[in-house]
Amino acid sequence: MAYKNFILVCGGTGCESSRSDEIYKGLIREAEALGVSHDVQVVKTGCFGFCEKGPIVKVLPSESFYVEVKPEDAHDIIAEQVIKGREVTRLLYRKDRKSDITKLEDIGFYQKQFRIVLRNCGVINPESIDEYIARDGYRALEKALFEMTPEEVIAELKASGLRGRGGAGFPTGMKWEAARKAPGDVKYIVCNADEGDPGAYMDRSTIEGDPHSVLEGMVIAARAVGANFGYIYIRAEYPLAIERLKIAIQQAKEYGLLGKDILGSGFDFDIEIRLGAGAFVCGEETALLQSIEGKRGMPRPKPPFPAIKGLWGKPTVINNVETLANVPVVLIRGAKWFSSIGTDKSKGTKVFALTGKINNSGLIEVPMGTTLREIIFDIGGGIRNGKKFKGVQTGGPSGGIIVEKDLDTPISYESLTALGSMMGSGGMIVMDEDDCVVDVSKFYMAFCVDESCGKCAPCRIGTKQMYGLLDKISKGQGEEADLVKLEEIGRAMTKASLCMLGGSAANPTLSTLRHFRDEYLEHIRDKKCRAGKCKSLVVYEIDPTKCIGCGLCARRCPVPCITGEKKKPHVIDASKCLKCGECFAACKFGAVVKR
Amino acid sequence: MAKMTLDQLRALRAQKQEELGKRNVEGKDIQVIVGMGTCGIAAGAKQTFDAIVAALEKHNMAGKVVVRQTGCMGLCYVEPTVEVVMPDMPTVIYGKMTSDVAVEIVVKHLSAHSLLDSHIFDRPAVDIVKH
Repeated sequence: MAYKNFILVCGGTGCESSRSDEIYKGLIREAEALGVSHDVQVVKTGCFGFCEKGPIVKVLPSESFYVEVKPEDAHDIIAEQVIKGREVTRLLYRKDRKSDITKLEDIGFYQKQFRIVLRNCGVINPESIDEYIARDGYRALEKALFEMTPEEVIAELKASGLRGRGGAGFPTGMKWEAARKAPGDVKYIVCNADEGDPGAYMDRSTIEGDPHSVLEGMVIAARAVGANFGYIYIRAEYPLAIERLKIAIQQAKEYGLLGKDILGSGFDFDIEIRLGAGAFVCGEETALLQSIEGKRGMPRPKPPFPAIKGLWGKPTVINNVETLANVPVVLIRGAKWFSSIGTDKSKGTKVFALTGKINNSGLIEVPMGTTLREIIFDIGGGIRNGKKFKGVQTGGPSGGIIVEKDLDTPISYESLTALGSMMGSGGMIVMDEDDCVVDVSKFYMAFCVDESCGKCAPCRIGTKQMYGLLDKISKGQGEEADLVKLEEIGRAMTKASLCMLGGSAANPTLSTLRHFRDEYLEHIRDKKCRAGKCKSLVVYEIDPTKCIGCGLCARRCPVPCITGEKKKPHVIDASKCLKCGECFAACKFGAVVKR
Repeated sequence: MAKMTLDQLRALRAQKQEELGKRNVEGKDIQVIVGMGTCGIAAGAKQTFDAIVAALEKHNMAGKVVVRQTGCMGLCYVEPTVEVVMPDMPTVIYGKMTSDVAVEIVVKHLSAHSLLDSHIFDRPAVDIVKH
């Protein structure tokens, strides 16, 4: 069967939630209805990364890159492009109103990216093992089984400089070596897919777009370490990723790439999926192991490290999804190639989930050493609605805020830590002038209060206390001494907590205190929130010189607390006002002011 | 499929690589563009297209050539029309490309680098978008 066209439809969670599945089915239906189903192959792929403009549809060989496609557009794509060979210009990506961009490579979003982990995302059908194999899939496994000894595999990993992508950045080769050398005949490989940072979706997208790369990484790890069984720990709230993993595991078993005597090498390795209930602490490796064992997910002190004493007391390697997806490429392209990418100590690339007040939200992969400015302004397309950049939060609730003056720092594990933040797993939330640092810190602290497992006192009590202080400040009842208290508790938690949840929970607060102390003081001294986010400090008023008395605000007010005669200036009763902002949004004359 | 051996995996990869390669346009510097406006299709452009794709496969050239379709080229009197763009050869538009003649493009123009004089009807107009 010779197809003339190939239509790739994004099947990532983001695009699926904006009805990409209907587009996919619609394209197949239209192709059948118009009698061209033998001319066109419709393929559902993983995430293209350009989530801001989803759902994404790409047509080959013309490389037409369609954005914000709707199910109704399926007819035109088939009728115009497949039958008549004309691009559906209205769906092409436009940077501005004048220009059409047809090719993926021409989009600024992709120019600075370098896709190792996401090499197959948006290229292949994640539910087809054949397509993965065609893209050099399981070639690295061949090498690990037949051309290299386990020691050589470990040496290659060590030489490549690959470090854990879950956030801490521990060298992967060293972890494997420790587990290999640990005494014991039963060993385990665990894939940590418990992605919990608010706003982060790198691991989910990698699994959804290319599940076999993770499986292959696990088999290679198993071979290197001498393990025969592995678990993938993934949260139950990632149904699509779980579904694709199940399909991938099934296919790999059928092909003999998992199970007994893999490819006739005599090596056995099998994988099972374990579903987590979505507790943030279970992303911490020792808590994760407890959860797999069927116990309550709580961390335990290290050492002993899991590589020595892990799952059921046996040596266990725990690697993050992204780390494992890097492994096949390291073996195929070699340590020398891999270590040529990135910075001195941080090699390779990093995947980030770019979100917040940014024009191009999406999933991106850049070489280590790329600056934050390049990511936010060149790839991300800058701040939405022409607002001013305030800061970027990396590492989610464990990270810190990075401000304008530090934007030119090349990204690496060390440089981000030096800025008081951390690499984390790769969430990157961009904030603009309308975001309040007290509000943001309070949000992250509330998250940590909820997610603290309660085992150790510094985290259990510290998060609650810090939340209380932040809440007090956001209500305008804070005192200057509270800032000192926040720093003291924060430092104590950082030092004394059992695991990194507590150890890093103070980071957002401490880093905003460092960079935006004046804003905290404004909340305390002037009872003012310049971003207007802290509701208790905001007062809505009507400027009588601008108000024409149309009454729109009064109709929108849910209380209601706005009164006034027709065609005469209205007044807001501040004692009843809920500060919902409806009147502010409704006024067409700019007469409602936030103060 | 039953469990594979190493050789079977390699054979499968080679086969699938070729299939997937057809989607890829990178590294393919020869373009065969079939005019598929209404007039072209009515004159049999779809059969021409299929014949070209089949001939490329037969002569093991599928990896080097992008076969694309486009709208009406304007030479409705000699449909179906096919434009061939390749290095070291002038870009030409062939007309009256019934499926059996189309096969000759693959053999003569693409493989032997010789033009099919009897079917050349035009050269493309200046592309105003590029200039």
